Amino acid sequence: MVEKKIKLMQGNEACVEAAITAGMKFYAGYPITPSTEIAELSAEKLPKVGGRFIQMEDEIASISAIIGASIAGVKSMTATSGPGFSLKQEGIGYAVITETPCVIVNVQRGGPSTGLPTAPGQGDIMQARWGTHGDHSIIALYPWSVKEIYDITIKAFNLSEKYRTPVILLLDEVIGHMRESIELPEADEIEIYNRKRPSCLPEDYKPYRVKEGDLVPEMAGFGEGYRFHVTGLVHGETGFPTSNSKIAEELVRRLVGKIEDNKDDIVETDEYLLDDADIAIVAFGSTARAAKSAVDTLREEGLKVGLFRPITIWPLADKQLVDLSKKVNRLVVVEMNVGQYYLEVDRVAGKYTKVDKYGRVSGELITPQEIVDFIKEV
Amino acid sequence: MPSQLVNEYFRTENLPHIWCPGCGNGIVTRAIVKAIDNLGLNKDEICVVSGIGCSSRASGYLDFNTIHTTHGRALAFATGIKLAKPNLEVIVITGDGDASAIGGNHLIHAARRNIDITTIVFNNNTYGMTGGQYSPTTPTGDKGTTAPFGNIDMNFDLCELAKAAGATYVSRSTIFTANMLIKQVENGIKNKGFSFIEALTICPTYYGRKNRKGESVDMMVYLKENAINIAAYDKLPDEQREGKFIIGEIYQSSRPEYTEEYQKIIDSFSKGV
Repeated sequence: MVEKKIKLMQGNEACVEAAITAGMKFYAGYPITPSTEIAELSAEKLPKVGGRFIQMEDEIASISAIIGASIAGVKSMTATSGPGFSLKQEGIGYAVITETPCVIVNVQRGGPSTGLPTAPGQGDIMQARWGTHGDHSIIALYPWSVKEIYDITIKAFNLSEKYRTPVILLLDEVIGHMRESIELPEADEIEIYNRKRPSCLPEDYKPYRVKEGDLVPEMAGFGEGYRFHVTGLVHGETGFPTSNSKIAEELVRRLVGKIEDNKDDIVETDEYLLDDADIAIVAFGSTARAAKSAVDTLREEGLKVGLFRPITIWPLADKQLVDLSKKVNRLVVVEMNVGQYYLEVDRVAGKYTKVDKYGRVSGELITPQEIVDFIKEV
Repeated sequence: MPSQLVNEYFRTENLPHIWCPGCGNGIVTRAIVKAIDNLGLNKDEICVVSGIGCSSRASGYLDFNTIHTTHGRALAFATGIKLAKPNLEVIVITGDGDASAIGGNHLIHAARRNIDITTIVFNNNTYGMTGGQYSPTTPTGDKGTTAPFGNIDMNFDLCELAKAAGATYVSRSTIFTANMLIKQVENGIKNKGFSFIEALTICPTYYGRKNRKGESVDMMVYLKENAINIAAYDKLPDEQREGKFIIGEIYQSSRPEYTEEYQKIIDSFSKGV
């Protein structure tokens, strides 16, 4: 029998371990609580695997550097928290329009602004979706345990490579700093996806042409003989800027469509005791842990309650939410904000069932008892 | 018919360029390409990174690995590219506003790291792309559309800034002294470290018109008459320095280069310690 690798690990540490397993070879970051361990561990581990770490002068420089590194052909990541996430938005938009794979970790804390630096929050749900300007779609994932941080970090890299898009990995202060024993998968149990590279001759390469049957254009790296151009301006297949209205319309719709039209592949959700449930709690990240405990308590009291947990926050799990809303009498969205994900749940499920929200923005965790009380009282 | 240099190094399908008649950016871009040609570098190993502004549109015309980034961030992108692939010859094309206002922080830190990137600032003393607002290099008292009563800011000496921040090659030339500029770009590329080259260019359309500097040729004559080589400048009495500016190789030094230092860390682990 193969001995499994069991390790006691912090959430932020699991993120770095998984990123390296996924092939991360470049990290650029700027210190910010509660994400700093991700930078510290990347600094320690990357040179040992031939990768490179750099502490940049600010958050904007960090995301710019990882986009540059990714275009040079190297899998890249940065990590931050609320105030830094605001600064990353410029680069996220650039990565969207240039279709540059990269992973941006946001270990959420209380906001707005400097807010509550050492306390958890979930107030960046909508910023993850709409933080950068202009029409776009985005992938944002949110695990709830150390083990799942490991798995979902790998998934974040895989999706970024497959769809050539920035992927936002949402954590929060609690799961980022929490320690749990996790069983690390064997190398042959892990699926790693690498961006599709061009096989054509350099003179035939069109950096933004999507081949028949492909999801995204093939991606060459700088220095590989293809000598292509990258710009944040609207561009056609050649990569050069244009203000042609037809090309602009097609580009933005393709960028949105490659994500929104592939939800079956991208969206991952989890559920707990939903089969016979009358009431479903909707929660993610550390709040979902409290919600699961609340489900157990309410079940003991005879209430048929279950938990629906979106792991993919964006694109929205609308199909799953609609299906769920047709089965239950009530959805209760619990999140550490004043009701962000709730807006989306109510939008898609509100016409089929009652949708309530329960939130907290004090920097304290939502306790299972609070959820129990809310569900019983309201 | 395009010259041999244009055919070899420009993406001729993207020409003509967007620059105004009389703009100096073409002379600076040619100087960069001529320097690359003189050095006999492999086009596949050259990466040109630019920011946002008139000058930064040059990257799209050049037949290398090219990237037109966000405003002010060219050096941050370039740092990621250089560190990811240290074998690439990374050249940054930027403007005065791009490099020293919105990108000022990235400039001083790239210089401090002494990362092997050659930066060429096309300094036209204004924000041309947006129509002639004053920039950090608009001389005090001069006008811009956002300084209708004259600019009250002190203007930057970009070379002094780069030198103080740690650049190991610092030079300045003008579009009039184009051959000097070519040589400086060559030497900047050859320098193993952060090289900073300020190319004084002209914007007759906005800065020139707003400040009654005449036409393109008049502005070039101004550059010719007021640029003084560093050796001559040092000998000038103070009263004759008024209104003049230094050109030439202003500063050179030698210290460890960033990607080489990082490589030593990587190597220390791969030697089976």
